[in-house]
Amino acid sequence: MANVSIHDVRKSFGTVSIIKGVDIDIQDGEFVILVGPSGCGKSTLLRMIAGLEDITSGDIRIGPRVVNDVPPKDRDIAMVFQSYALYPHMTVAENMAFSLKLKGVPQAEQKKRVTEAANSLGLTPLLDRYPRQLSGGQRQRVAMGRAIVRDPQVFLFDEPLSNLDAKLRVQMRAEIKELHQRLKTTTIYVTHDQIEAMTMADKIVVMHDGVVEQIGAPLELYDRPANRFVAGFIGSPAMNFIDGRFGPGGFVLPSGAVLPLEVKPPVGLGSEITYGIRPEHLQIAPAGTPDSIPATVSVVEPTGSDTTLLVKAEGGSLTVVLRERCALKPGEAVALKPVPHHAHLFDEHGTRIATA
Amino acid sequence: MIAMAKSSPASSSSRQPVSFAFLAQVILIANSFVMLYPVVVMVLSAFKTTGEIFEHPFALPDFTQVHNFAKVLGETSMPTYFVNSIIVTGISILLILVLGTMAGYAVARYESRTNTFILLFFLAGLMLPLKLAVIPLFILLRDLNLLDSRWSLIVTYTAIGLPSAVFIMAGFLRSLPAELEDAARIDGASEPRIMWSVMLPLARPPMAIAAIQNAVPIWNDFFFPLVFIQTDSYKTLPQGLTTFMGEYTTDWGMLFAGLTIAAAPITLLYIALSRQFIQGMTAGAVK
Repeated sequence: MANVSIHDVRKSFGTVSIIKGVDIDIQDGEFVILVGPSGCGKSTLLRMIAGLEDITSGDIRIGPRVVNDVPPKDRDIAMVFQSYALYPHMTVAENMAFSLKLKGVPQAEQKKRVTEAANSLGLTPLLDRYPRQLSGGQRQRVAMGRAIVRDPQVFLFDEPLSNLDAKLRVQMRAEIKELHQRLKTTTIYVTHDQIEAMTMADKIVVMHDGVVEQIGAPLELYDRPANRFVAGFIGSPAMNFIDGRFGPGGFVLPSGAVLPLEVKPPVGLGSEITYGIRPEHLQIAPAGTPDSIPATVSVVEPTGSDTTLLVKAEGGSLTVVLRERCALKPGEAVALKPVPHHAHLFDEHGTRIATA
Repeated sequence: MIAMAKSSPASSSSRQPVSFAFLAQVILIANSFVMLYPVVVMVLSAFKTTGEIFEHPFALPDFTQVHNFAKVLGETSMPTYFVNSIIVTGISILLILVLGTMAGYAVARYESRTNTFILLFFLAGLMLPLKLAVIPLFILLRDLNLLDSRWSLIVTYTAIGLPSAVFIMAGFLRSLPAELEDAARIDGASEPRIMWSVMLPLARPPMAIAAIQNAVPIWNDFFFPLVFIQTDSYKTLPQGLTTFMGEYTTDWGMLFAGLTIAAAPITLLYIALSRQFIQGMTAGAVK
């Protein structure tokens, strides 16, 4: 096991800059998730850590060693790929033993380690099968088994669950987390799915356009997003944003309605600011209630455990999540009342300036 | 196929597509007959004497009459021709596969500015019938002291076969997922090891195609041995068999026995590799 430190790492393909100076420190045994929309550079960064892509500038350390010029096989890492990348012409056992065989580990030891890994992943009855004879979830497990047998210092996962159906994904999510709790190996995991990030990570790195937007624990990102991008990316359904001005009575919507603020933001009166509020922090009140946002219900989506409302307000549509069931009908006029202390204010650059 | 053809007429009157299928079956059966007829005649005639061949060309022979074969194998240089053909075809195919796969692998899997040029250079070879260049080739082989040796044929056939082999291999190897290579690299495999243990086992179908596609014309080639080889002990089968055709008389029974023996190995090879061959032809059709 080892810590991983990434210092001012950059990557360009020709003149196109993909990673624009990234600093991340990963502690020994931590489960870190790199998350961001596609094209943000997260997979490239992971491949750079693995040694599959060159680093244009900066340093990557695994343990005390700078690995910039170390080939992948000498970095003591294991990687699980999105397509699993199992060798189609080898059985499950051969797939798992391949790296040990190349390392010259004695046969008996190979067999022991493969058996152990297979046992822990429930693969024992499948050891003699070929990848084409396995289901998606089983292939995923074999790919993990192949990583485990090597007992590496760092596990790298590149969107390992995106080829699985929704139900299996939830199950594998728990299995990977359990595996990490058992092995306590430093893990770096790439995904575009913020739910995966929230549920599995010790620490989340949100990336956007080749830069790190914020690093923090899942709930920290949820409760105190550093900027509008993180606020919008983390959380599902996404946070509602309303553009307006800071006025004497609080946040002034374009229509002139005013939402009172508990905290005074550090900007001058009349400054343009954005008011962000999560769907579950909006309450439904009778139309005409003061200090609220007037809106019209457009879609009601009951999921059983809660109800999602899409409402039309001035400046666009907003999402409201209600824990209790509701009898609202599309077309009904309502008022949305924000829960105090849960609104996030962003300045015109998108940086968070206050929670009100 | 025949069963289908028999059952088709009943339903053909009711539905249009079936009659097309029926027609297709008729054409296919007729075609297989045209294709198989010479082969069958060749095999049947191999068991007949020259007299019988002309008296009863279509009659079934007495299959215990193997004196034609005995004569061909015992009294002529046929075994030598056979061994020469095996050596020449075998080494040529081996060289074509080894060199073609390596070149195809490099072109397909490594990024380099010269890749396209190299591939186009090989492809240019596909468009050049080497028979047109037989005189310069003759001079070249003479200067290399290779004339009248098996090597003259081997190097020529390898050169002719390489372009298509590179083309087939590069096309297939390009379609293999890059993640497999990455996985092997992380698992600790060296570049030659990745090629040998991971990529090549997956490339068996295109290798079978490249092998068959080249082996048949090489085995059957008459032109280059005729030009390059004088010594009887270096002759290959197609050239050697012509010695059975006399100026005034020809022992047709013996000639057909020789032809049957000559055609056997390549037919067997084709049957053995046909599964891989068909797999390779349809590779990528279904994921």
